[in-house]
Amino acid sequence: MFNEPHPDEVRIISKRFGRPNSASIGTYLADEGYQAFLKSIEMTPGQIIDELKLSNLRGRGGAGFPTGLKWSFIPRDNPKPKYVVVNADESEPGTCKDRLLMQNDPHQLIEGCLIAARTIGCKLGYIYIRGEYRYLIEIMDKALAEAYAHGFLGKNIKGSGLDFDLYTHTGAGAYECGEESALLESLEGKRGIPRIRPPFPAVSGLYASPTVLSNVETFATVPAILRMGGQAYADIGTPKNGGTRMLCVSGHVNRPGVYEVPLGFSMQKMIYEVCGGIRNGKKLKAVIPGGSSSPVLKADECDFPMDYDNYARMKTMAGSGGMMVMDEDTDIVKVALRTMRFYAHESCGWCIPCREGTTWLRKILTRMDEGTGRRADIDLISELSKNMLGRTFCPLGDAAAMPTIAFVEKFREEFEDRLRETVVPVTSPDQLIAIS
Amino acid sequence: MSTPAAAPPTTINFTVDGRQLSAPPGTLLIDACKRAGIEIPAFCYYEGYSLQAACRMCLVEVEKMPKLQTACTLPVMEGMIVRSETEQLAKARKGTLEFLLTNHPLDCPVCDKGGECELQDMVFRYGAGESRFTEIKNHEPERQWSPVVFYDPARCILCYRCVRACNEGMGVGALGVANRGVYSEIIPNMGDHLDCDECGACIDICPVGALTSNTYRYKTRPWEMQHVGTVCTHCSNGCKTTLGVRNDEIVRGNNRDRSGINGEFLCVKGRYGFDFNAHEDRVTSPMIRIDGKLEAVSWSKALGFVAEKFRSTQAASGNFGVIADTHLSNEELFYLQKFTRAGLKTSNIDHSRSGDFVTLLDAVSGQLECLATADDLYKSKASLVIGADLSQQHPFLAFQLRAAVRHFQSKIYTVAPGPVREANYSASSITVPVGAEFEALEKFTEKLKAEKELVILFGDAIKGQRVRDLVAWAGSLGIPVKYVCLVDYSNSRGAMDMGAMPNLLPGFEPDPHPGLSEAQMLASPDLDVLWVVGANPLRYKTLASKKAFVVAHTMFLDETSARADVVFPSASAYEKNGTVTNVTGQVQRLKAAVRTMGTKADLEILGLIAKEMGIAAEIGVWSHDIVFREIHKTVRGYNVPLPILITGGAASTTPVNGRVPVEVLIDEIFSAGDTLFTSGSLGRHSKLLTSVPEFPGALYKR
Repeated sequence: MFNEPHPDEVRIISKRFGRPNSASIGTYLADEGYQAFLKSIEMTPGQIIDELKLSNLRGRGGAGFPTGLKWSFIPRDNPKPKYVVVNADESEPGTCKDRLLMQNDPHQLIEGCLIAARTIGCKLGYIYIRGEYRYLIEIMDKALAEAYAHGFLGKNIKGSGLDFDLYTHTGAGAYECGEESALLESLEGKRGIPRIRPPFPAVSGLYASPTVLSNVETFATVPAILRMGGQAYADIGTPKNGGTRMLCVSGHVNRPGVYEVPLGFSMQKMIYEVCGGIRNGKKLKAVIPGGSSSPVLKADECDFPMDYDNYARMKTMAGSGGMMVMDEDTDIVKVALRTMRFYAHESCGWCIPCREGTTWLRKILTRMDEGTGRRADIDLISELSKNMLGRTFCPLGDAAAMPTIAFVEKFREEFEDRLRETVVPVTSPDQLIAIS
Repeated sequence: MSTPAAAPPTTINFTVDGRQLSAPPGTLLIDACKRAGIEIPAFCYYEGYSLQAACRMCLVEVEKMPKLQTACTLPVMEGMIVRSETEQLAKARKGTLEFLLTNHPLDCPVCDKGGECELQDMVFRYGAGESRFTEIKNHEPERQWSPVVFYDPARCILCYRCVRACNEGMGVGALGVANRGVYSEIIPNMGDHLDCDECGACIDICPVGALTSNTYRYKTRPWEMQHVGTVCTHCSNGCKTTLGVRNDEIVRGNNRDRSGINGEFLCVKGRYGFDFNAHEDRVTSPMIRIDGKLEAVSWSKALGFVAEKFRSTQAASGNFGVIADTHLSNEELFYLQKFTRAGLKTSNIDHSRSGDFVTLLDAVSGQLECLATADDLYKSKASLVIGADLSQQHPFLAFQLRAAVRHFQSKIYTVAPGPVREANYSASSITVPVGAEFEALEKFTEKLKAEKELVILFGDAIKGQRVRDLVAWAGSLGIPVKYVCLVDYSNSRGAMDMGAMPNLLPGFEPDPHPGLSEAQMLASPDLDVLWVVGANPLRYKTLASKKAFVVAHTMFLDETSARADVVFPSASAYEKNGTVTNVTGQVQRLKAAVRTMGTKADLEILGLIAKEMGIAAEIGVWSHDIVFREIHKTVRGYNVPLPILITGGAASTTPVNGRVPVEVLIDEIFSAGDTLFTSGSLGRHSKLLTSVPEFPGALYKR
């Protein structure tokens, strides 16, 4: 999954990838492991948060919320217990970085959690791992056992007076449980549906208590920031966009894989140099830059420095870092259908626009792809998507709507071409059911 | 958050559609708008239950907020400027309704809900004229979950109201959600069927026709019914029920207009137990025992026969015994006691007693404000339930307590001889054998001293001296205490208030010439006439007097009519006008909904007997409103505001505020021992109630 390091990469959190026994605590301790935590014991919570704010670290799960700010929202005087929850429900199509971080360097994540716990005064944490990542639980549990054995978890950690227990917990295979409030519901043993927000997890999260909930990559980055200092980390990226990101490049490139590059890295360079260009000498057609929820970019839009602000300028988003590169032979109608099938399958069913909208769109796109589409369907696809956008309970509806709107807007001619192709005669309603 | 000493504002001022409005802090925008007459459409929002924000219909525009906001989750904020009707919102609502209709079958012409369907109304107001959906709809066949409940998943719009009504309102939690996305559906707790109270709250709260009831489905259209608001006759809680009547047949019971003390609450008996009224075994003609067999006779013959017997008995011995039913109206009870005392010149009148309210009145003499109303149960900070399985015996009072816990974090304490539902959400509960309830209270003393106030609800386990002990113990807590003496029948309280007792006149005035109690009458070998107006005393007891001439007013041929010499066919409580008083002393109006051919209201039968005996002039006109006027004027506590009563409300009565110096025969006080699914003779003649799987057994049995 990860390749030989490319010279343009800046490996901070992935630096131990590929080393022998990279997941073991010995390897970790040999390379600055748990040093950041020991340092954090000497710091005040305020100093740790200041360091994070200085680093410009933004959440790596998709929304990009400043991490230091998030941690600072935890109320100090709240008498309730506080929790650290790791969102390891990596389900965004095209994304596979958290998996590598847990598989190759689980102790880095544990140390990140420890620092978070130390900062907010928390005694208990959970790593919520998606159901399909069962094998990672074994790796993670082994690492947790090592950490306990070495006194980095449990009571009075390294004589600091801090207690912290960390557990793994598995999801059951629902994309929705990657949404933070649905994750908390699921972790509490309930149906995985999102919660009304506010209150946000920082105020009322797990068991209605203050909770720091972040993505695996975010937690994994924290030790490095404390070791090198917030300013040094921020200096790696562009202003306001500190540090490095894991990008998961898949699709029609010669060297797909997960790469760690500084924020603001050129997309053009990423595709053509780091990933070795489009395979078989084909031309680039489009890139989905940050997981399936992010609006697609056409080939001529794919030359910009990849940081949060520039993604926004391109009317797309950094998302989860799942870059899907598509060559000139790619059928965009099929891509749109495949995307919508995913969202229709994963809609939790809680709110009307998402539940009904995704399925309706899936049905229309299926017809479109099968060649029984109508001219009016093209506008209908885009209009129904807009009817979902901004009106659903949680971001899943937006995640389904945004890419679909972009597919129709940017590749309308492909949808129109499909109308001219052979029409599959529909003989009975059963057939319609069969193809939906 | 940490600004010191800034007192929280008492009202929030904000603007909706250009109108200046204000509301207390914490009010949800949707409620604040509703109170100001601005309707914000919503399916999933339901006042009193937890918030969902799932239907996305209540979206509004709020200035300075970039996205549309759900009015059901947004508390009002100072200076907030809201727009509830704009082009953008109309488009959003139209879009959402279009989504909803994609998988909703358009079977409105055969749907029970057609005509009172919230989805229909919403589409009419905000929806599109045409559908752009040309795909195949998802479909799932309809399912029967219980003798009452049917679920049609295709019609379900997944507003989760039923789930909340069952879980939060009823404390049962029998409904949940299965699957996800467009395949989501409501599921019952037993997989394919329900194990629950069968209360039908889920059915009534359903905005569409997804949940339907076996009693009503495919019977009529809503606009073909007359809606008659009256009071349920099955227990003493006095829930208002609106009967849907079509062609002189009751086809539905609910209280969707939330009038009455119970709001929308009804239990299985109140909602579906009305079918006894149309049971084929109803007695529809007067009968006289001829050669050992009851034979139908004319009214004039039966009335003449009884009047003659009453006259001759009066002339000879005067050994009458009168037993009044606890389902009679106040007017009937008042008229009957007057008939007994003034007409038959005896005080041998009694009813089946189920709670020691008389001793309570005496024990709290001089502090009458300590009698709790149904509303007090909802608002009290703490409640103590002793010796009653409240959810089974007094479902509405239990509902009030649940709502108090949910809305005000009220605390419930229970003492019962077995598992009671209240224990699930009570602050503390004790299980003791029957009879040991009072002694167990000691364990609560310290905890209750820390409460701010308390309502005590006690059943028949606490009677006689124990009531006095309870009041003394409660007095030692040092907090304000209110009481509810749990009596069990629909007008148990009225029977006491109206003086259907051997030692008390109406208004708890001691009778200077006390008569025999029910048990004493039945045990007396000299009794010449036993007149049973509606009750069934011979179900549990035997009549000692072999010579007694027994007159029974009844709806069904029961154990008492089997011994009767004359039987009069009574109208049911759903067939008469009048008033009844519930367990918490609130008087409400009965309104005749239907008629059963051949029957007469007991008041009319009483009047006709009086007329036949020639004593009608002394006893008075047998018209319910004239009798009520007399009650209103003469019975202590019944001087209630008439407009409340006339408009279908509940008026609190205030009984005597002083000593009630009479002896209470506590051995004659028994709980009815009913569960949610039993209700004496009426329950046995309800096909629906008998079809529902029986509750394992009452904790308090008769």
